[in-house]
Amino acid sequence: MRPDQLQQGQEQKKQGIDVAVLVSIGRHPTTGRARRAEQDARGLELALAMEAELPGTRISVLHAGPQNDDGEAALRGYLGMGLESMTLLEQPEGSDAILALVEHLAATSPQLVITGARAERGEGSGLLPYALAEHLGWPLVNSLASVEKVENGVVTLLQALPRGQRRRLKVRLPAIISVDEAAPAARQSAFGPARRATFSVTPTAPEADSELAQWHLAPARKRPKRLKIVKAASARDRFKAAASKAEGKGGQVLTDVTPEQGAEAIYKLLKEEEVLR
Amino acid sequence: MSETIRRDQRRDPRREWIARNRLHPEHASVIAALGGTGGGAAAVSEWLGPNGVVRKNPRAIGFIGPNGVKRIDRSGLQQGEQSTATATAARDSRRTVTIDQPAFLVAVVPDLTGGRLSGHDKDLLGLARRLADADAEQPGAVVAILFGEHKGEGGGELKEQALGEAGIDRVVQLDDELYAGFAPETRLAALSAVERVMAPRFWLLPDSPLGGADLGRRLALRLGERAATGVWQVEADNEAALGWRCTARGAAGSLDIQRPLSRVALALAECAEPVDETRHAAEHLSLATSIPTTLSRIEDLGQVAVDPAGVALAEAEFILSGGNGVKEWDAFHHAAKVLGATEGASRVAVDDGFMARDRQVGATGTWVTARVYMAVGISGAIQHLQGIQRCDKVVAINLDPGCDMIKRADLAVIGDSTQILAALVAMVEQQRGGQRDAA
Repeated sequence: MRPDQLQQGQEQKKQGIDVAVLVSIGRHPTTGRARRAEQDARGLELALAMEAELPGTRISVLHAGPQNDDGEAALRGYLGMGLESMTLLEQPEGSDAILALVEHLAATSPQLVITGARAERGEGSGLLPYALAEHLGWPLVNSLASVEKVENGVVTLLQALPRGQRRRLKVRLPAIISVDEAAPAARQSAFGPARRATFSVTPTAPEADSELAQWHLAPARKRPKRLKIVKAASARDRFKAAASKAEGKGGQVLTDVTPEQGAEAIYKLLKEEEVLR
Repeated sequence: MSETIRRDQRRDPRREWIARNRLHPEHASVIAALGGTGGGAAAVSEWLGPNGVVRKNPRAIGFIGPNGVKRIDRSGLQQGEQSTATATAARDSRRTVTIDQPAFLVAVVPDLTGGRLSGHDKDLLGLARRLADADAEQPGAVVAILFGEHKGEGGGELKEQALGEAGIDRVVQLDDELYAGFAPETRLAALSAVERVMAPRFWLLPDSPLGGADLGRRLALRLGERAATGVWQVEADNEAALGWRCTARGAAGSLDIQRPLSRVALALAECAEPVDETRHAAEHLSLATSIPTTLSRIEDLGQVAVDPAGVALAEAEFILSGGNGVKEWDAFHHAAKVLGATEGASRVAVDDGFMARDRQVGATGTWVTARVYMAVGISGAIQHLQGIQRCDKVVAINLDPGCDMIKRADLAVIGDSTQILAALVAMVEQQRGGQRDAA
């Protein structure tokens, strides 16, 4: 790399990017009290880690919802993580947050939007990040584990896969990333800074969510446990199904083989299953 | 008529005696001869007499049991001596269903993890069948869109059969390189093409972190639908727009939402019973239109090597588990490192202090869900076998060919575990070395 390129690269690094973090009001799973939402807090943690790594990164925290005491106490949970203010897009209870957020994001045009995968209240369908991506036309990456680096408008990410695996992705900015339990845990919220932080309230045109209002919501019932259904026509078969040990499907058994032959058979199976890397 | 029957049923006491005597040298051939003609003879244990009265031949009823004693099974299932041949046929008595002119289509996009239909996928196909078969007069067809290759048990026809038995009428196979890895934009383009060509009435996807949850939400927004997510119950409802109502989990699993079923639905595991009474055609279709290539803004750089020891045992993909039969523990740890496997252990190995307690697999330890579970020197106590119930493939290395683990295993090698592991490690290292040289 030539010195002037290096200089440019460093400047780019110093410049940082605009990050918008979308937060919602969570719900404590046992008490049902309002709190900072788990996944959104992890998203904010990710943004704060980016700020520490990439000086000059500007974080703006957004929440769309009504302004009331209960909600404010929960939202201050995010502010106590080390923020001075957050933007509250004010709208009445039961409004659709998507349109307000799209308008705001289109106007402020941050380079990276971080959001939790799904809300802990209301419908909680996890459709919001996808709706934003579709409306804004930005790429979306779900289930983020960490942000590795940002350079020249391209961000390198680690995506969490099931079974503890990770995948590296390169995404062109602007982009939306959604965060679930795989991201690093959020830091504690400090009470003093949370009290001192301020809200800047922006009223928005309310758009009632009429569909949700028609649905019937009830506390979750326990799902019925699936029974083991034995479809046997005769008493003998039913008895066999109930009493006998489950037998294997009769796998391949290699006896009297040299260790090399045995190892080869195992190696073939591992290759077929694609577990060897 | 009675004359012919009597002639058919002329008894040969000697043959009958041989058939009863399992130890007779001619037993097998006599049984085979009886099996060939016996099917017909057994069928006429009951006939309509000349006066219109049902006549029965009590001697033709029943069969000779394994101990040479005559048994009668009143359930009407028994088929005499041909047990082995007919039992498999009886088990395969699923109705074959072919739907030539479907009234509508139900599209399903299974996860197809590791190239196989998972339990979740099969439940989802069961739900799709419910939606398709609601009106017996005008049945719909279930179309499965498969990204990547399907690896069934066995090859060729058996593979297709596995799809048909899961309840799939039509298959759209998209196994291009483009769809491999994380390629939501290309996959979405393909699904949009399917939507344009086939216009299915419903789109069903698994609400699973293996890819279905992500792709389904993208598809819903692309089609402009408000997807029903976390669906776990579906009921018919005449007032709803599409004729179905569903119960869905909302708000991080704390709410049940009753709503009309939308065109795109993401369903949880156990949303319906998997198909097991019918067998479908699984006919391959090719898409008539070309799928537009999209310039993706997401570049997949591939999976990252993860330290297998850091992966939680319960969700590890590949486990190398050691038990009482392992003598060289250093070699075992080395093998796990080379193979990239997470280490597990049986209770004995943990009690003897060779492995940590959190590595124990089984009823008292961790219930694992690995795709490949390699048991080295583990005889397979029932508690251990419970813990590995949900593993796909089990490989056993053991000295004792009669132990329970061998019965459970898909591949079992009888021999000294130290030598076999050493040979396997050498083979893997050699292959890797060869690849590196080539690269």
